[in-house]
Amino acid sequence: MIKRRLWQRFITHLDPILLALLGLLLLISLVVIYSASDGNWFRVLAQMTNILVACVALWIVANMPLHYLMRAAVPVYLLGLVLLIAVAFFGEITNGARRWLNIGVTTIQPSELMRIAVPLMMAWYFEKHEAILTLKNYFIATLLLLLPVALIARQPDLGTAILIAASGFYVLFLAGISWRIILTFLIISVASMPLAWSTLHDYQRHRIMMLLDPAQDALGRGYHTIQAIIAVGSGGVVGKGYLSGTQAHLDFLPERTTDFIFAVYSEEFGLLGNLVLLSLYLFVIMRGFVITAHASTYFTRLMAGSITLTFFTYAFVNMGMVSGILPVVGVPLPLISYGGTSMVILLLGFGILMSIHTHKKLVQT
Amino acid sequence: MKRHIEFKDTQREIHYFRVRLALSLGFVLLLLLILLARFVYLQVMQQSHYQTLAENNRISIVPIAPSRGLILDRNGVILAHNYSAYTLEITLNKVVDLKATIDELAKLIDIQPGDRKRFKRLLADNRKFESLPIRNRLTDDEVARFSAQRYRFPGVEIKARLFREYPYHEQISHLVGYIGRINEGEAAQLEEDEMAANYRGSDYIGKTGIERSYEGELHGKTGFQQVEVDAGGREVRVLSRTPPISGSNLVLTIDAKLQEVAEQAFGNYRGALVAIDPSNGEVLAFVSKPGYDPNLFIDGIDEQSWNELNNSPDVPLNNRALRGQYSPGSTIKPFMALAGLHYNKRAPSYTISDPGYFNLPGSRHRYRDWKKDGHGSVDLFKSIVVSCDTYYYGLATELGIDNIYSFFSEFGFGKKTGIDMEGEVSGLMPSQEWKQKRYKQKWYAGDTVSVGIGQGYNLVTPLQLAYATATLANNGVAYRPHLLKEVQNSRTSEKQALATTLESNLNLNSEHLALVKSAMVAVTQPGGTAAKAGADAPYTFAGKTGTAQVIGIKQGEKYIESKIQERHRDHAWFMAFAPFDQPKIALAVLVENGGHGSSTAAPIARKVLDYFLLGKVPQPLLIEDDAEGVEHD
Repeated sequence: MIKRRLWQRFITHLDPILLALLGLLLLISLVVIYSASDGNWFRVLAQMTNILVACVALWIVANMPLHYLMRAAVPVYLLGLVLLIAVAFFGEITNGARRWLNIGVTTIQPSELMRIAVPLMMAWYFEKHEAILTLKNYFIATLLLLLPVALIARQPDLGTAILIAASGFYVLFLAGISWRIILTFLIISVASMPLAWSTLHDYQRHRIMMLLDPAQDALGRGYHTIQAIIAVGSGGVVGKGYLSGTQAHLDFLPERTTDFIFAVYSEEFGLLGNLVLLSLYLFVIMRGFVITAHASTYFTRLMAGSITLTFFTYAFVNMGMVSGILPVVGVPLPLISYGGTSMVILLLGFGILMSIHTHKKLVQT
Repeated sequence: MKRHIEFKDTQREIHYFRVRLALSLGFVLLLLLILLARFVYLQVMQQSHYQTLAENNRISIVPIAPSRGLILDRNGVILAHNYSAYTLEITLNKVVDLKATIDELAKLIDIQPGDRKRFKRLLADNRKFESLPIRNRLTDDEVARFSAQRYRFPGVEIKARLFREYPYHEQISHLVGYIGRINEGEAAQLEEDEMAANYRGSDYIGKTGIERSYEGELHGKTGFQQVEVDAGGREVRVLSRTPPISGSNLVLTIDAKLQEVAEQAFGNYRGALVAIDPSNGEVLAFVSKPGYDPNLFIDGIDEQSWNELNNSPDVPLNNRALRGQYSPGSTIKPFMALAGLHYNKRAPSYTISDPGYFNLPGSRHRYRDWKKDGHGSVDLFKSIVVSCDTYYYGLATELGIDNIYSFFSEFGFGKKTGIDMEGEVSGLMPSQEWKQKRYKQKWYAGDTVSVGIGQGYNLVTPLQLAYATATLANNGVAYRPHLLKEVQNSRTSEKQALATTLESNLNLNSEHLALVKSAMVAVTQPGGTAAKAGADAPYTFAGKTGTAQVIGIKQGEKYIESKIQERHRDHAWFMAFAPFDQPKIALAVLVENGGHGSSTAAPIARKVLDYFLLGKVPQPLLIEDDAEGVEHD
């Protein structure tokens, strides 16, 4: 009896549908990482650990009442900002970019924190000024977004900067920023493209140029893209079979367990496998939208919508880059790629979604 | 009432929100469809294409290294070029037993212990799958012998490669520099600069001199072939080919013949000579003696040659023209004289009576003139002609170090000239601030006195002095010295001339200039310190001798050249420009341990001027060991 109550207590704030979908995706992750690492069990175990830690984070956040989350918005955002500024001054340089901060015990990448902190802060801000939203409010919210984005772009980490900018834009969009502003902004950004071009780092320009014609640099960076496209294309309709991808196992693919894991998956499971993966992602997103549509407050609506759309963006950008329709920006495939930090941040996001869904229910009943 | 409005607003808001959410869903579905379309395109429509690519993957991309640009002198004489030769190369990861393979090879082809050693070093620096040469420049005979037995040596191949050669060997070596195999540090640097792809097929990179400074122009752009290879790794066919673009040819400002004349004029002396065209900053000759043979370095220098070069007391690897720093000695006197006139501390007619020494007020320390009994009465003109020290002790004291510092800085002393070669040093123009920083000491009046005759803290490079001489010759209009004249596109042969850079215009008073320059002409005429070197010159030329002390002489002692070890003898300087009215060449010569400027440095300058202005090729040089020349500074 007590056991059952405890169990009940344990699962109240979890969303079974979402949980099942996530479970399937994480299972695929383990299966593909085993293949991508050439049968390295340590890699698989390490990813299991990542998942376990991330699940704990999910559970904690899902059980956290929403006002806790709202209260955390400002301090978390400020902490993230301070850390980003610290990175700009004291960060460690690896591969020509300043992204990591040494805090004595370990090194951290503050831009990851901002993936949650930015939409949280913006949603909090809109909630606070919900009654009378004027142009000024949108303007301030945009500033809240652009400040960390600019700091991250400067590191330089264009990929993360663009994705955080996207997550913030979703908040603005859902908060009802007028079409006229969106349109004006679009026109301005298209017009200022040449200017933006001149501020990019050489390697960033290189990546964009390569997208247009990867063959142009077949020896350098284009090599990765070409090999990834070959892997995807040669997979065909049914794939080459599990553990039989030649591109993956003959070392032609770069970063096989992380950014390019989709190429491994796609080569071995083919178009059918891709359909399964796309469907799973679509179901996760639709579930996210259902939660968003039923969210009870302005804050939770914005938060849930932004988390769902950002999740989709990560998946789309990664698959787009591996299949050669987007530039290589170094974004992992959500829930599939190997990696601890991004896993924790992702499941943290889903924890928030579950909290939004279940705490509202409690209020209603 | 109020409540009603709020309620309505929330309803409307939720409605708007849901519209936007629906739009978002549409956006998501649209992008997913695009992805799906891409997958269908790749995996269904193009499947067989990518299938082939993957199966032959195996398709290897083979870089084709571009041929390196040539280096030419201003008249088209080749200073560095490439030639094709056969090499015997081993790919480590295709060889089972390396030592046995090499031993077997040695039975067919002459492989010296030195070759083995070099190969071992290459192995350490390179990756296992790279093909590395064990022997270069095979003879036709050796090629034939190996080809007949090739089947016995998997992983060993004969390849035709381009080699760099420097036909002038030890001459011009410091200027042209050399290339060598890319080492780990350089590879890392290329990686960092995003240049690694362009060096995929290249083994060499510029290490010093022009070869290094203009690496970007000389290297060219690597081409590549997409090659389909069979299971054994042999090429089946070429799928596509992007040809390499050869490096640009560089036309230097140097006149190789003039350089040769200058180098020969040095005989066995060590030293440096830099000659500049004052009207545009083109460097006509750039000598550092002794030189070394750059050809030795291309494929890794052997240990013995390296030790010889590195341990030689003559330090042949030191580029003296660019990096040697010496006291300027009396060569600074013309500039001091200009400073005196400029700051109104000396009128041309002002005359001193030289007792042979100088005292600071209230001090008994004697600053001696090089001429024990003095020069009698000396005005500004004579002070340059006879190189009177006493005159400049007084002048320097009156000018003060601050004025001297700012005036000399204008002429480029203590600063890099900005010449287009890496590694230039800045010399030293002392100031109060500098001494405080360097020695934590204040500036003493005595410091200024020694600076006034170029024997104090000041240090110059031969390049700097040549630059200052050119600036003086060109009436204060300074052009940045440069070695590159034109870049020649190797494909189109299109030449792109380099613009000259006007460094500064000192706006000097023309009367002052005329006086100082005419005194410098008198230096090379009877009665002047370089009269011997100037004898019978069919053109008028201006010059100034100088001596840089190597060891200090105590108060009351006399410097006697013959009693001092050769390496402790003074360094000899000479600066000159000619023809006097329309200078075409300005130069500075330094002869290490050459004694006095008049006896060793000035004759070298004369030979260079004779060749440049008259086309006269000098007879093998004889430098008179003139013991009585002590009298000349």
